Amino acid sequence: MPPSSMEVTLDELKHLVSPRALAGDTMLLNMGPQHPSTHGVLRLLLELDGEVVVTCIPDIGFLHTGIEKNMEVKTYIQALVMTDRMDYLNNLGNNLTYCLAVEKLVELDVPPRAQAVRVILTELQRISSHLVWLATHALDLAAMSTFLYCFRERELILDLFEMVSGQRMMTSYIRPGGLWRDLPPGFEDAVRRFLKAFPARIAEYESMLTKNPLFIDRTRKIGVISAEDALRWGLTGPMLRGSGIGLDFRKAQPYSGYEQYQFDVPTGTHGDTYDRYLVRMAELYQSVSIIRQALDRLPGGPFISSNRKFIPPPRSELGHSMEAVIHHFKLWTEGYPAPKGAVYVATESPRGELGCYLVGDGGPKPYRVHFRTPSFAHLQVLPLLSKGHFVADLVGIIGSADIVLGDADR
Amino acid sequence: MSHVEYAAAMLREKFGDRIPAVEEFRGQTTMVIDRGAIRAACQLLHDDPRLSFDLLAALTAVDYWPEEPRFSIVYQLYSLKHNAFLGLRVPLFSASPEVASIESVYPNANWHEREVFDMFGVTFGGHSDPRRILMPADWVGHPLRKDYPLGYEEVQFTFNAAEIDRRKAYAKE
Amino acid sequence: MGVEQKLGNLGVATTTLERAVNWSRTNAMWPMLFGLACCAIEMMSAESADYDMSRFGMELMRPSPRQSDLMIVAGRVSRKMAPVLRRLYDQMPDPKWVVAMGDCCSCGGVFNNYAIVPGVDEIVPVDVYVAGCPPRPEALIHGILTLHAKVRGEKIPDWATRVTP
Repeated sequence: MPPSSMEVTLDELKHLVSPRALAGDTMLLNMGPQHPSTHGVLRLLLELDGEVVVTCIPDIGFLHTGIEKNMEVKTYIQALVMTDRMDYLNNLGNNLTYCLAVEKLVELDVPPRAQAVRVILTELQRISSHLVWLATHALDLAAMSTFLYCFRERELILDLFEMVSGQRMMTSYIRPGGLWRDLPPGFEDAVRRFLKAFPARIAEYESMLTKNPLFIDRTRKIGVISAEDALRWGLTGPMLRGSGIGLDFRKAQPYSGYEQYQFDVPTGTHGDTYDRYLVRMAELYQSVSIIRQALDRLPGGPFISSNRKFIPPPRSELGHSMEAVIHHFKLWTEGYPAPKGAVYVATESPRGELGCYLVGDGGPKPYRVHFRTPSFAHLQVLPLLSKGHFVADLVGIIGSADIVLGDADR
Repeated sequence: MSHVEYAAAMLREKFGDRIPAVEEFRGQTTMVIDRGAIRAACQLLHDDPRLSFDLLAALTAVDYWPEEPRFSIVYQLYSLKHNAFLGLRVPLFSASPEVASIESVYPNANWHEREVFDMFGVTFGGHSDPRRILMPADWVGHPLRKDYPLGYEEVQFTFNAAEIDRRKAYAKE
Repeated sequence: MGVEQKLGNLGVATTTLERAVNWSRTNAMWPMLFGLACCAIEMMSAESADYDMSRFGMELMRPSPRQSDLMIVAGRVSRKMAPVLRRLYDQMPDPKWVVAMGDCCSCGGVFNNYAIVPGVDEIVPVDVYVAGCPPRPEALIHGILTLHAKVRGEKIPDWATRVTP
């Protein structure tokens, strides 16, 4: 017997559907949590007039993991591990946002080498996230070969992450104060090899899709949102830039040394799916340029702060320094206390603004962590974007919104 | 004078004693505001062309149980033109966890307020769609409250592994 | 198939039949598209060109449960998703197998709280558990090969008892 939480009656939704649904004029269809094109467990209740979508009601929460509550019972360093799993295509970006918030709260310094490596890794993560976006978006619009090509490139990036941290996805490499370990030898050469080969690959994807009349037919004038509407609905990232507003938190509120690098912020004009595609493809080139600049200027020096009140000492010191042993013990068993207060840090994830609101209470565990995630904000606007389009176009719109359900539900 | 200071001064002038405090921490400003004044304050911050806080970046809540006021609803507003973040905080008592919804000013507050309702039990007056969003519709309780248990499963060590295994509800077919 | 009714040991005939049927089942086991979270991305990586799963006949992920044999539960199962998962499992026709991919569906993983079901084996019977957070694509393929080995070892009486009402 299906339990009641899954069944929805028209009564509960009558304030959201049009009056025609109540008259039985339009059809209510469930585009369930398990669906090949919803990019995760997203449930959409569609009100259809034939094939045309009158309204769609997103129902999320199928991947709600209780991360925010789980982080409250762990120390600041233990809670970092949970942030990887939130937006699972932007692991290092989530780590970075959380670490920036912790560093702001406890006033911890980050050495320049760590900042530069953070930029390199975050931009690599942005490229790999955009590759998955392109792969699944194109797959939904029936271009399957793009899927295979993008994942081939993504493997190269995952190899770089594995070289640096041992893990392909959930690296937890960016820690409060800097990085977990220094870069291994051979990393810089490997990244340069990747950067040499990659722009040609982006050109390959563009040759497949950008001027393809089928792709243009399926994405031009689909899911249009104007700039004022986009701002009113809290869209950020490529969703906002596709409509013409060039807000990028790497330029507006620079963090981790982004102010040193030259890069453009591509914007679109029409605010439709095609423009958002162009914006993200242009961002791939910009990310390559940023990584190149950061690599060229990579400073030497320590990879983590030397503040022993927050950072455990290196294991080599434990052999001969009693103080180091005491710090090590205290930090790994109890953690470090953070002052009472709240900070909000906003960074630019591949999807939009990823914000972390962190409240400290004087103890070693975060009192409250809230992540303002871009996918949550973008799913709200789906009914507005999909009104009047076909169901097949709805699939393209969801793809262009680049939602990750782990991000939306946390 | 920075834009945030200008906005704070303007709000203080308009709302006077309905803004009991302005908190500065790590270079970020948060204005504590009475719950009756929040919608008017947001309307002013959004509509006035000198202030133009046009993006609601975040809306969340913190539970300070068992202290009173128990809840703090936190708003983070961002101004594109002046590139500035401003925080607002509304303290609520556990006897009446209600506040006006700002959905009419910032439409994207819709889902954020639904999430705060779902996780904390704070009701928003004038909200167009007050339903749960992340938890199933028939869930009882508000998970992020401090008096709600974490709901964790006991960790299995050698001394209790067999016992836990016996009690666990495995699916047979 | 009426042969299991006989349950008899027809010697060479039954063993050859078992081997033939099991071989054909393992050769083109179609997985159902059940990627939930991060493990789904590694499952997609396993399907793509580098760690090709189509050499096992499995590149075709059927979204419909009616057309699939194998449910690879990839990712964390939340309490809201659990009834959906059970319903989809019930909709799959026999013979069906379940691979629990990743730590979250094997045992709850990193998460131990109100929102996550600690192990998908509380909802559906699992044949193979693949550990990892997320497991590498090679680990997933190893898990699938383990499942194939398990299926190849199945006997006719097992088929008879698998039939659920």
